[in-house]
This record gives sequence, C-alpha cells and structure tokens, in this order.
Amino acid sequence: MTSADHPYRYVGRQRRTKEDRRFIAGQGRFVADISLPDMRHVAPVASPHASARILSIDADAALALDGVHAVLTGAQLQTGIEPIQHGVPAPDIRWYPLAHEAVCYAGEWVAAVVADSRHIAEDAAELVDVRYAETPAVVDPEVAFDATDALVHPAHGSNVLFHRKFVWGAVDDDFAAADHSLSFRVKWGRNSTVPIETFGVVAQWQPGDGLLDVWASIQMPKYSDQIAESLRLAGNRIRVHQDVDVGGSYGVKRGLKHAILAGYLARELGFPIRLIEDRLDNMSGGDAHGPDRIFDMDVAFNDDGTITSMKIRALDDCGAYPGRAPLQLGKPVGSIVGPYRIGSVAYEAISVCTNKTAQVAVRGFGQAPTNFAIETAVDKVARFLDLDRIELRRRNFIRAEDFPYTIPSGTAYDSGDYHTVQQKVADLIDYQGLITRRDAIRDRGGLAGIGIASCLEPGGGNAAFEPLFNPSNDTTTWMESCTVKVDRLGDVTVLICTSSAGQGHQTLAATVVGEVLHIDPAEIRVVHSDSLSSLPGNSPVASRMAIMLGGAAQRAAEAIRDRLIAIAAHNLGSPGSALVYADKSVHVADDPSTGLDWQALVRICHRQYHLMPPGMEPGLQASHTLQVPNGGTMPAEDGRVQMYPCFSFEAHIPLIEIDRGTGKVRIHDYAIAHDCGTVISPAIVKGMLLGGIAHGIGAALYEKFEYDSAGQHLTGTFMDYLLPSAHEIPEIKMAEHCTPSPLTALGQKGAGEAGYMGSAAAIASAVNDALLPLGLEANTLPVKLGMLSEMLKDHI
Amino acid sequence: MKAAAFDYTRPRDLPDLLRQLAGSTDAKIIAGGQSLVPMMAMRLVRPALLVDINDVQDLQTIALEDDGVVIGACTRQADAEKSDIVREHLPLLAAALPFVGHDQTRNRGTVGGSLAHADPSAEIVLVATALQAELTLARSSGTRISSARDFLAAPMTTTLDEDECLIAIRFPRWTEAGRLGIGFHEVSPRAGDFAVVAVAAQLLIDQAGICRRAAVAVANAAPMPIRLTTVEAALLDTAVDRKSAREAAALADDLLDPPSDLHASAAGRRHMARTLIERAILDAAGLVAGHGSHG
Amino acid sequence: MPPGSWRGTVPMADRTIRLRVNGKTGEGVAEPRVTLLDFLRDTLRLTGTHMGCEHGICGACTVLFDGAPVRSCLIFAVQAEGHDITTVEGLADAAGDLSVLQDCFWETHALQCGYCTPGMLIAAQALLRRNNDPDDSEIRDAISGNLCRCTGYGQIVEAIRLAADRLNQRSRPGNAS
Repeated sequence: MTSADHPYRYVGRQRRTKEDRRFIAGQGRFVADISLPDMRHVAPVASPHASARILSIDADAALALDGVHAVLTGAQLQTGIEPIQHGVPAPDIRWYPLAHEAVCYAGEWVAAVVADSRHIAEDAAELVDVRYAETPAVVDPEVAFDATDALVHPAHGSNVLFHRKFVWGAVDDDFAAADHSLSFRVKWGRNSTVPIETFGVVAQWQPGDGLLDVWASIQMPKYSDQIAESLRLAGNRIRVHQDVDVGGSYGVKRGLKHAILAGYLARELGFPIRLIEDRLDNMSGGDAHGPDRIFDMDVAFNDDGTITSMKIRALDDCGAYPGRAPLQLGKPVGSIVGPYRIGSVAYEAISVCTNKTAQVAVRGFGQAPTNFAIETAVDKVARFLDLDRIELRRRNFIRAEDFPYTIPSGTAYDSGDYHTVQQKVADLIDYQGLITRRDAIRDRGGLAGIGIASCLEPGGGNAAFEPLFNPSNDTTTWMESCTVKVDRLGDVTVLICTSSAGQGHQTLAATVVGEVLHIDPAEIRVVHSDSLSSLPGNSPVASRMAIMLGGAAQRAAEAIRDRLIAIAAHNLGSPGSALVYADKSVHVADDPSTGLDWQALVRICHRQYHLMPPGMEPGLQASHTLQVPNGGTMPAEDGRVQMYPCFSFEAHIPLIEIDRGTGKVRIHDYAIAHDCGTVISPAIVKGMLLGGIAHGIGAALYEKFEYDSAGQHLTGTFMDYLLPSAHEIPEIKMAEHCTPSPLTALGQKGAGEAGYMGSAAAIASAVNDALLPLGLEANTLPVKLGMLSEMLKDHI
Repeated sequence: MKAAAFDYTRPRDLPDLLRQLAGSTDAKIIAGGQSLVPMMAMRLVRPALLVDINDVQDLQTIALEDDGVVIGACTRQADAEKSDIVREHLPLLAAALPFVGHDQTRNRGTVGGSLAHADPSAEIVLVATALQAELTLARSSGTRISSARDFLAAPMTTTLDEDECLIAIRFPRWTEAGRLGIGFHEVSPRAGDFAVVAVAAQLLIDQAGICRRAAVAVANAAPMPIRLTTVEAALLDTAVDRKSAREAAALADDLLDPPSDLHASAAGRRHMARTLIERAILDAAGLVAGHGSHG
Repeated sequence: MPPGSWRGTVPMADRTIRLRVNGKTGEGVAEPRVTLLDFLRDTLRLTGTHMGCEHGICGACTVLFDGAPVRSCLIFAVQAEGHDITTVEGLADAAGDLSVLQDCFWETHALQCGYCTPGMLIAAQALLRRNNDPDDSEIRDAISGNLCRCTGYGQIVEAIRLAADRLNQRSRPGNAS
C-alpha cells in the first residue's frame, strides 16, 4: 500500500471526500435551511444616498402593516451595543450595524424591519419613511487621500485609515546604482468573491440559559467573541453553531453586523430572528467588497536582467468603514518581492475611506493585487530589455538551494523550487510551440498574447499584520485546535473548531488522523463543535487549514497513538521503544504475534483502569492546539516581520486572443504548475486551484463593482456584476510539483488561495502581450469588453 | 427580493383571456416571466393582477404559411429553437435563438414575451425588426396587426394597450428563387448575456450570385434595433464580395446612435457594430466571416 | 393599498397549491407572489433547491418543470399548480441512493461548498437526458446558466462526462450492472 515513492496510506491518495455526499443529495445544512418555531424575518432599509445626514425616520406606516413586529433604527440600536471593531486605530469612526445620524454609502442599512415573513418585511421596509439631507460624496480614493474638508467620517479628521512607508534595504542606493529603472501605474479593480450563497444568520435568545444561539454562514476568526463584545455579553453567553454549511466564502463571509443586529433583535423581541441577505442586500449593503487598489511602481534593474530594487506605493480604497480591510495591505509585506531575489524594497501602504460599500477580506488578503503589480513590473523589465519573460524570471528567481530565504521585509520563505515549477508549466503547455501559435495568429492579423505569471501563496496565517498595522495590538498567536476521541465502541470522532465553506476540512482532518492511526478516513466522523465547546481556533482563513488544522489533528492523533503504545508497553512488559503501532494494534517490533489489538486497547482505556499505566487518565482522547510554525514574534521597529510560515508557488501560462473587431477576449489555452508541498487530498487541491484560477479570470476580465461620480453603486445585480460561467473558463492543464515544507509534519503548505494568486496577473500579462503589436497597454483590471473595444476602435 | 403582492388568474383559452383583460385595471400579462419576474422581484413592476397566459394552448403554435411563419406569442423559445419549421423557413431566427439567455431561460421564456418586453438588446426583437415581422394584437373587441417597428416604440416600451394581448408573430418568408443566406453575430461580455451589440442579416442571392433582397439590422447601436437601409441598398443588385461587404458595413455609421453604458462606450459599440455588420453580411453571402463571435 | 401611499401592498389571499414533486403530490398554501423556489423550500421544506440571486442569473434554484430545467425563482408557485417538478431530492431512484450522475459528482469532487450543486445536477441531468454523449463544449453550454464560484467548473465537466460514459456502458447490451 505504501512505498518509498508514496509513503502514505491515505495522504495524497485519490479518495472521495467526506463532505460531498450530503451536498449531492441535497442534504447540505445551510443557514437558510434552518427553520425555528416562531421565527421572524428581517428586511433592511437601505440608504439610496452615498453620503447624507439622516434627518428623520418615520416607521408608523410600516408598523401599521399586518404581520410587522418591529422597526429598529440606528439611533435605537446604538444605545444598546458597542461599535464594531476595526483592525487599525480609528476610535472616532463608529461603525454600527445600522447607520446612525449619517449614511456613508449607498446601500448602507439605516433600519431593520422584523415581520412574519420576508415578503411582509419588504412590504414594510418600503413604507419606512427616511428623510435625508444629502452631502457631497467622496468617491475618488486619490481625492479622498488629499482631502481636508470632504471627509467620509469628519470625526476621524481625515479619510486616511492607515499610511506608512516601509523601507527595507538600501533602496535609494540600489536605484542609483542600477542600469535602468521604470515607473508605471496599475490598478486593481474593486471586485470580490461574491459567493452564490449570500450571507445569512439566525439568532435565538434562550432566556432560561441566558444564552444567544447563532447559526450563521460564517468564515471568520473570533466571530463569537466580537458578537459578545458588541452585545455586551460574556463570551460564554454566545454559542455559534459551526456545523452550518457555508455556501462559499473565500474570505468574505464575515457578517458581524448581521449577527449583532439579529442577536440584538432576538434578545429584545424574544423570538428567533432570521436575517438572510437577498442579492441586492448582499451586493450593496453586505460590506463584502474586496481590495480596490492603485499601485505606483518603480523598479530598478541591470542590463543582465537582474532586478535590484523596487518601490511600491499602494493606495487602497477601503470603502466606508475600515473593519479589517486596511490589514489587507499588511499581509503582502511577507512576500513583497514575490519569488524574486530583489535585495531592497520600499513599500508605502495607504488605506483611505470613501463613500462606497465597505471592504472585507478577500481570498489572499491583498496578495493577488500585489502579485499582479509585481508581475507587471517583471514583464515590463523583460520587454524593456527585449528578454524572454520566462528567462527574465529564471534569472531573478530565488534558487532552490537558497531556502530558507529571508526577504528584505524580514519574512523567511520555507522552501521552494521555482525554476523547476516554471519549467514544468513551460513543458506542459509547450512554450515554444505556444509562441509559434501566437505568432501564427498575429501573422493572420489577429491579436494573440501569452501571459506569464509566477506567484507566491503565503499560507499558515499568523496575523502578524495586526501588530504591524496597529501598535496597540500585540497578537502573536493565531492558533488552531483539534480533538480526537475514541469512543467505547472503538470508533473515532474528530472535533474541529471552525465552520467550513467547501474547503473539505472534514476530509482533511479524517485523512490526517486516519494516516496516523491507520484507520480508513471514511470511518472517521468529523464534527464541527460549536464555539462554546471548541478549543481556540482562528477559522479557515489565510490558506492555513492544511497547515494548522492538519498539524493539530496530526499531533492529537499522535498523542492517541503514543498513549496506546504506552498502554501496550505496560501490559506486555516491553519498553515502548520495542513496540510498533500498525493497523490499529500495538505489537512487539520483532514479534508481530505478541501485541494488543484495537478493541483490547480501547477496552482498557474505557473500562479497565486497572490495566492502565499508573497516572494515565481514563478514556481515549487527545487534543492539540497548534501555534503557527515560525510565528510568535512581534514585528521589528522597521516593520520587518515573519508574516506567514509556508510559501506555495504557482506558475501560469495562458494563451489568449482578442478579437480586434470587438474587443472580445478568448482564452485558447491555460496551463499551471503548482507546488504546495505535500498534497493531502489531491481532488481538493485540484478544485481549489481550478476555482482560484476562475476567480482570477473574473477579476481580470469581468468582475467589477462600479460607482458613478456621485457614489451610486451601478453593479448591484448579477446582470451588471459579471461572474464567469463555464463558457468563460477554459479547460486548464495542471502539473503538480512537491517541495515539502520543513515546517510542517507532512511537508504540506497552503492551497486555499491557490490559482487566484496569479491568474489575474497571467491574464493581464497575456492581454498586454496581445496588445503589444498595436503599441497599446491595459493597466487597469478588469480589462472589460468595453475597455478593449474602446481601445481598439481605431485599430480595425 | 420578494414581489409586491398581486392577484393572479390563469385563463384557459383566448376568449377567457381577453375577457379577463378587458375587465381588469393594472393587469400585467405573464408568459415566460423571464424578464418580468426579476423586475417584480426588484419591485420595479408591481401589477395588481397577473394574467397568466401559459394555459392558452392557441398561443403555443408554430404554423407554416405560404409567405410566412406564424409563431404563437406564448411559444417557448426552446420550442421555437427545436422547431423544424423555424429551422427550415426562418433560419435567421433559428440562428438567433441560441444566443437568447440559457437553456433554463429558453425553456420558460417565450417568443412573444421577449417582444412585449421590448428590451433593445434582445435577439428576438432584433430578428423581428430585421424581417419586418407583423404582430397580431388582440382585445375582446377584435384584433389588429402591427408592424414590429410600430410595436417596438422605445426601449422597454411597446404600443400594446392595457387590455390587449400580443397573440402571434408572423415572420415573413422570402420565397423568391435563389439562395437564402443568413448571418447572426453578437458580442456580449459572457455567453448568454444580453447583447452589447448584435447584428442580423439575411440576403437572397440569385443563381447569378446577385443579391436580390437584403435585410440587415443592428441592436444596441441605436436606442432600438434598426434596419440599416443604406447598407441594404448598397448590397442590392450586386455580387457581394469581401470588399463590398466592408464598404457596405461602413455605410451604417451614419445611422448609428449607440448608447454608452457599463458594458461599452458609444464609440466602442460603433466599432463592434461595424465589425459585426461586415461579418453578418459575409456569413449571409456565403463567404466565411473568419471570426466566430458567439458570446 | 394603505390609504395615502402608492408604495404599500396588501397581501393577497392565500391559495392552496397542489403540484407533483419528485413523483409525489405536494400541497401547500401560499400567496400568489410566492415563487416556486420559496414554496419548495419554505412550504414543502425541500431545502435542496437553493436561492442565489432571485433574478434568474445564477441557476442555483434550477429544477425540472415538466422535465425541462427552469429557474424556480422566476416562476410563481401558483403557476406550477398541476405541473410536475423534480428537485435534487428526486434525482435518485430511491431515498438514500445516489444516481449515477450524483455519484460521478462525488467521485470527481465536482463541488466544494455544495451550494450551486443541486442546480448544477439538475442542469446536467437535463443535458444527459437529451444527449447521451455530450462533448465538452455541449457540457459547458448546458451548465453555463449555472454559476459556481468554487470549482472553476473543471471537475463538474469531468463528472458529467464520466456520468455519460457510465450511463452509456450500462445501457449497452450485455453490460447490465
């Protein structure tokens, strides 16, 4: 079964997942599937203005409607709760689930109607008469940055939420010494992950227990703590049910305001409250937009193609409220030079407020936009020097023998072999043949382009961006926990401490535990414990669960195994070192017939205390709470920091064609080579990679939240915000490579943000390669049909 | 996104339908509902009464006549797409239908519903304009015939009266001797989206290779789909080749008044229109256009 | 309408709606404005069919209506009176079983969060019913009205191709299994 080639029984094998079966049978348990007796429904009343003072709210007509129970306004709500916390110091920006005194974006919720059905709640929401006095909206982030009087939150004193310039290494000297330098600007458009399930929450107050039960479509660290703090409740008076299936998240399912609102209403009104966003609520009022960034880049390089230094200025439009959004400028610090040996770097990170829907964590936490900016720089250098873009990358890649490699911003990359992975993708797609094909299309007058992108996916998430961006925050752990227990019948149950949104954590935990204990993962039950019965965890963000949950599950299972060996040693009279654990039994290494089988061992643990080693606790269970590998230190004065522990790598090559007569882009071919260390579940990693690529293609070509100059959101439906379908996503060729991480038990790294890290950069690279013969450049993502048709109108 | 409350009726036959329409105020007819229901869900449309015509069998027929094909207004787009009559005798409509939404919407959406909705980017509206379809509008007191051009008054606006129902669409057949060629090209951000620009062309080429009849129309390059009369005139009585197709397409420019929106600027649409007109003419003339532009 | 307001709406009388769902009679009471989607989920408690956009774009709510895939968010339940509906819960021959197509979705891991999956399965089922040997472009076309944010569609296309192969093998003489 195992071999030198493949040392594992279950890890890395093609196996069916544990989760899929219930979903394909229509038996998922999503939040909208929850129905409680006497449950009432909420519809929000949304602001039609981007910026306005609220003069009055008259809810009489709404309240008069049959079936309406309450209309809650921001003024009422804010007296009973604490504001939602921000990731950066901004004490004077008071953020509540319902606007109070002023609205800061079109779609912001100003009141909430509670009724017998969502239908009636919407009927009543229309009748809530809100009077506004409009104020000028701040829409352009560059104007916002400079503004002194046009402020989104006047009390904050400016629109700037975070601004710091980091300099790591002799940037000015390196620029002065370089043969050449280039400066350019690129923009990453406002998009998001936009899961097909909107955010939803059901809250029920249990007066007998003094306990608020919360079922939510949630993917968020410290969710229950933050609800408790806002509702002024003890932490042990909130119970978040983490066994709710989450219909996609990729970072954004963070409905803190929704849960605070629903929890408040449930407690005040005394019946269960259901708040399920509809698509209009979600797109404009869900506070789930993603990074929206302007990069001003300078890159210094020599004639031989060596890139010596880089200056990055990133201005991010965070929308109306900061939340954790500004921290998305912090995470890229840990891979600020990408996979390249760039000796010095300056990074100026600026986050500003505008009158737009608030931003939230999106897949990669700011990494994909940064990768796009870095890859654009590399392409431009190659073009300037007339060097092949792959060759230029080879000349600058960190070499396999250089790991662990510490980049100027202080983060050590654990392992990698970028040259080999790059070679694999070039071989997979036949790079030379691809060039021939591109040129053949060009010869017949077509616009064809090859994209190159080689990007990192930091994984493992240690939240070092929190202390980096907020001096009062000294968080240095971002632990994850797992419990393994063997019941009296000998069956294994694993408890994990978060909800899942399709990442396959049940499969992950069962595979790792099964591997250690030699038990078929299909026979292992994995349970998402609720927040009160959970050990500490930080949710499946930051490409971290293979590393963190996988690591915790492995340690817990190993503790079980070690205990069984100790019990056998005690009963067999042999030292533990002479025993081996195999196939659910412990036997003497050189005498397999002498040993104790699983049932005997389980029986000892659960019934025969007299056969246990003295002092060992009865039962058979173990927990482990894992600290992030390489984590635990505060940032240095100059901002140098170990951001994440593990670094996956991906190399993309697409071939695209732009219809010169219309601007329509077609992706002819797409190949990727990917290295996330040891793969635990191949089908899951493959799915993550393909899904991430598709998401990046959306970000590159289709998806954008658009605003007009008055701050009106123009893309509030799926008719305007365009998610790619099976037609737009091509078949993708994949090659895997494995450079194990030295920091993890199995050598695994993260894969949850894979594909998305580089696909937008790759498509942008291909578009610009296609436009090159016309002397045109597209430097703003997404490169939508309209933009290309406009650019090409004079080039028929 | 729950519709405002409404009352509902489902007449069983045409007289019943027309009687109910005559006796109602603020009624709205629902056929496939693929455009109406989203607008109701967003409360942009809020009828007091919804009159469901899906049970009126007479409205779901496809009939071949000497000089035309008559399609009942409540015929599913999917049924029209699968119809041998449409495929053989209305190839332009057959070519356009796969561009209308997706399987799931064509299974419910109707030919008449699309016309009554009058979305300027809708493919069926474009084909009806190109072929100068005639629409039969009925009310309890009688019927009238309207040209597509008259019926399609403005974006999302028709001349249908409140008590009237569109019951049938007659697409003329070109039965003169010769080869009937068609071309349908569309650009949309994604396959299945409404067109950013679409062009429909139908040419009748005689044995000598001379174009004897021409219909070329464009959607979304003017407020409503328009026939490109100067382009048609340039093609008539000529042997269409690549050069003349390009020159004819260029003549459209003066007729265009493209809108500007999120999906494309007016100038971008002009560019697309010129391209698609040329390609549609080439297809219709039996010359390979060289670029597929599905989606 | 409430006096003095053009915006208000008065709930209409509930109606008893009776339809066939997954081969059985489903009956419930709802206002005319309740969509088939909401009726299936809230009244009949068949929660396998999902709400994604409620304006007919995402396809998460796809069901078979008299055998043809449609958006259940764009049909009012009252319109489905007397019609035959199949939801994801009705794809397998017997409760607790999986159809070949469902099993292939599992085998290729053609899903992650599972939210779009029921609609995707229905669209695929309709395709395989009318075309037992679809090529990849036909598969992509058939599911192009169903948006998935997790998978990038690759493993879904694989699953449908695999299901077509399996179903064809099974229907070939001498290959009964």
